[in-house]
Parts: sequence; C-alpha cells; structure tokens
Amino acid sequence: MRVVVASGKGGTGKTLVAANLAAVVSGSREVVLVDCDVEEPNLHLFFPSETKTLPVLADVPVFDQLRCDHCGECARTCQYGAIVVLPQKNLFFPEMCHGCGGCEITCPQGAISMRKREVGRVEFSRPRCHLTLISGVLNEREVAAPRVIREALLYAGGHPLVICDAPPGTACPLVETLEGADYCVLVTEPTPFGLHDLSLAAGVADVLGVPAGVVINRSMGEDGMVREFCRSKNIPVLWTIPFDRRIAELANDGKLLADGVPGIRELFLGLFAKVSGRGEPGA
Amino acid sequence: MVMIICITSKGPKSFDLVEERFGRSPYFLFRDTGKDDFEPVANKFADAAGGVGPRAAQVLVDRGAKVLITGNVGGNALSVIQAAGIEVFRYRDGGSVEDAFQKYQKGLLEKMA
Repeated sequence: MRVVVASGKGGTGKTLVAANLAAVVSGSREVVLVDCDVEEPNLHLFFPSETKTLPVLADVPVFDQLRCDHCGECARTCQYGAIVVLPQKNLFFPEMCHGCGGCEITCPQGAISMRKREVGRVEFSRPRCHLTLISGVLNEREVAAPRVIREALLYAGGHPLVICDAPPGTACPLVETLEGADYCVLVTEPTPFGLHDLSLAAGVADVLGVPAGVVINRSMGEDGMVREFCRSKNIPVLWTIPFDRRIAELANDGKLLADGVPGIRELFLGLFAKVSGRGEPGA
Repeated sequence: MVMIICITSKGPKSFDLVEERFGRSPYFLFRDTGKDDFEPVANKFADAAGGVGPRAAQVLVDRGAKVLITGNVGGNALSVIQAAGIEVFRYRDGGSVEDAFQKYQKGLLEKMA
C-alpha cells in the first residue's frame, strides 16, 4: 500500500503527519517513508541519521553544430523556453529544460542528441530499526521536480508499506507523487485559505482516481467550513488534531509527537487503521 | 541607417504605456526607423509559467530587431539579446510608447547592454 500525505496549501502539517505516522507505524512493521517535497525536503529533520546518496540524472539536448542549419524548429517545439535559435548559433538554458526530448524528435536535421545531466539526488537513511527514509532533493535553480520525485518513488517501488510526504500545491510535482497511490491523506487547517487549497488537492486526487480522507490540523473545535466541504464531496474526516501548543513546540524542535504528547501514539495508530482499511489494495 | 526597434507595451497602440517588464510584456511594438507607424505583436507567453524571457527574446531575434526599449531584462533573456547583438535601452519614465521612441531618437535613454 502506498499512502500519500498531501494538502494543497503549504504549512498545514503534511510533514508532521507523515513523519509521525511513519514513526508510530514502524513500531510494529516495516515502513518506507519518502520525502517527495523535493524543492524543500525536511523529513530528515525529524530523523537525523547518516545518509547515502545517489545522483538523479535528466536528459538534456546536445546540438551538432555541423548538422544544425538554425531552422528554429527545436525552439518552437520547446514549451519551456530552454532553447533560443539565433541566425548563426543556438543558445540552450539547461536549468529550464524539462528533459522531454521533444527537440530531438522534431529536429529535421537530426542534429540533436540527448546527454545526461545531474538535476538532483536521492538520499537514503535507516533512522529507526523498521524505518527507511528516502528523500528526493532537487538541486537549486532546477525545474525538474517530477524527475526527482519519480526516481525517489522508484526506489520505494513494490514495498508493502510506503508513506509519501507530498509537495505543496497541486501542479506537476503533486500529480507525480499521487499518481498510482492507494490512498491520499489530505491535511488541512480550518482557514479559508486551507479550505480553498484543500478543494484543489481533493480535485487532483479525484481526477487521478485516488481515494482521499481529510485530517484537520490545528482544530479550534468547530471546523464548520471544512466539515461542510467534506460532506458535500463525500470525503471522510479521518481525524482532527487539536490546536495544542505542545504539538507546535515539539514539531518546531524537530521532535516526534509520540515522545512528548501522551496518548497521541494511539491516535496515529487509529489514523493508520482507517487509512489501511480504505487504501489497502483489495480492502 | 534603417533598423527595427522593439518597445515593450501594455497595449497595441503607440499611445499605450510602456511595459517595464520584458518577458511578461503584453505587447511588443516593432517600428522600422524608415516608417511612421508601429506594428503590434501580442506576446503569447506573457502569462506562461516560466521561460518567458528567452522565448520573448526569440520573437525579437526572429523579427530582426536591433534595438530593444524596456524597463528591465532578466538574466536569461539578456544573454540571448547580447548574443544576438541587440542593444537595450532603459525607459522608466512611465509614459507612452511614442514618448519612449522620441526620447530614444533624441539620445535621452540610458543604454543597458
């Protein structure tokens, strides 16, 4: 089973839920935790440990200047503005290239071939006895977040239990993380902004056919707007985390909640039971 | 010497205000110094997510512009513009395209690149 913890809005508590869920569940079974927020990975802060690193390579074009007649077809093909063709030479901006290979396909002269270039890395660690952490890290200035996410997920592929911390937003990086997942936990906060982005993220999960449930974080007790939204969309509210200063303080210190909030371990286990009841293939 | 000048503009007419951003300029107004009027070209990348600078620069290259008048140019676009031998002049007076053109002709604009 692969569970994705997403939110739409940043700062609602995705990483808090993913880290603590993985830590608690790893008390009784093997868990692979994947940090898919490759532009700002931070799960490792909760699990300081020695890491091993593998590079993530992406395709970028190489231009054969002898064959190129500067027709400009590659620049017209490129949707990312990474190629500019001047009358006498081509300019290529590697950090804007998404590595799609479209330029190679459309070049009438066969003047473009692809080479590999490092755009990020995947870091591996084993911070607890039943927990493996895989973190995707996109290099600064790079745009190929989905490429790094795909690679991080590849190493977790086939594992019986994978928990992913999704990137914020609802664009390509979230789609890459969510596609093919068995269940999506949407962490939200009871604010208009939180609800707005929750509705967008729920829409992505819906389009991708991934069943979703909501965790309301920093709840002040009522959460009327969020609950009304979930009712109207037929999305279950799995759990409500109260607004609690101790939780905020522990998270800010990079500590796991089970180490400082009595009874919260059981609540995370309860969340996991609900998630696995809904998301386990064949459930 | 006749040459083609491009001015970034908020609209398609010469009385429209100069747009100070290059890549996200709604219009590029091209003027051949041998002629009396501007030819507007809508910037189809104005609202694109990224890569707008180099793609806008490609429009100038394709139209053979030799001078660009705008408020500011980002790094990637600037490297294209320099490689293409296009001169850039800064206009930040908040006036119309026509005003920018007149000041350029009088030599009143600061050369950026």
